Amino acid sequence: MKTLQVVETAYRATVEEQDDTIVWLTHAMVGAGGQFGMLLTGNAVCYAVREQRASPLTIGEWQQSHAAELSADVAALVAKGVSLYAVEEDLEERGIRDARLIDSLTVIPRAELPRLLEEYPRIWKW
Amino acid sequence: MMSALTFAIMDAPFENARTVTAFRLMQAALQAGHDVNVFAYEGAVGLAFARQAAHPNAVHGRDVVAENHPLPRVWIAELLQWAKKNGRKLDWVNCGLCVDERGMGEAIEGVRRGSPADFWKMSVESANTLVIPTR
Repeated sequence: MKTLQVVETAYRATVEEQDDTIVWLTHAMVGAGGQFGMLLTGNAVCYAVREQRASPLTIGEWQQSHAAELSADVAALVAKGVSLYAVEEDLEERGIRDARLIDSLTVIPRAELPRLLEEYPRIWKW
Repeated sequence: MMSALTFAIMDAPFENARTVTAFRLMQAALQAGHDVNVFAYEGAVGLAFARQAAHPNAVHGRDVVAENHPLPRVWIAELLQWAKKNGRKLDWVNCGLCVDERGMGEAIEGVRRGSPADFWKMSVESANTLVIPTR
C-alpha cells in the first residue's frame, strides 16, 4: 500500500541525529519493502536545495564525523523509487523556487495537492 | 575574571535544534572568559544521562565507530573538561525532581543534582541569564 510522507517540520535535531528523522525513517521502511512518496511542505521544502551544507560540529575536543547531508539523503530516496514532491508556493515564499533543486523533484502547486493526495491510500503528516 | 552567565534549558536530547544552539552558546561563553552555570530543567536533564549510547546506522551504511553518533553527555563532559583545563567554571545542575520523574538518576561525573533554588541563586549571582525554553 503506497503511503505519502508529508514532511513539514525541518532541521529538527538534524545535528544531533546527523539526518532528518522522518527521511531516515522512510529510508528504513523502504528497505523493509514499503512503498512511499514524499511531499515536502513548509520549511521542509528547503531540503530540496542541492547546495546546502552543514559544517561539522565541534564541542571541546569532540568533532563530528558526519554532519547531516539532507538534500543528498532526500535524493537517495528518489534513487530508491520514492516519488518526491515540493509545494511550489512554499518554495516561492522562501525565495528558492529558482535554486538548484534535487533532480527528479516534482514541484506541485498547492491547488493540485488534492489530486496528488488521491493517489495515496495512506497519508502521514509529520 | 569575567562574570558568570547562567543558562536555563528545557529541551530533551535528540529533539530540537535549540539543544545544539545552547551548547554552542555555552562553549562560546566559556571561550570568551565567562564562568557558566546551567540549570537543566524538565527534559533537558536527559542531556547528562550516563547511559546514552552511540549506535551503528544501517541507513547511513556506517558501523558504530564510523557513525560517531553525537551524544550530549559527551558534549557536557567536553565542556566540563575544557573549563577545568582553562581555568573556567562550569556548574551543570540537573533539576532533581525532573530527574526522578524520568528515572534518569545516572548522570555523568561533574553534573550535580539541584533544584529551582539553585537556578535562582545562580541567576542572582550572574551577570545575566539566558532562558532557552521548549516550544
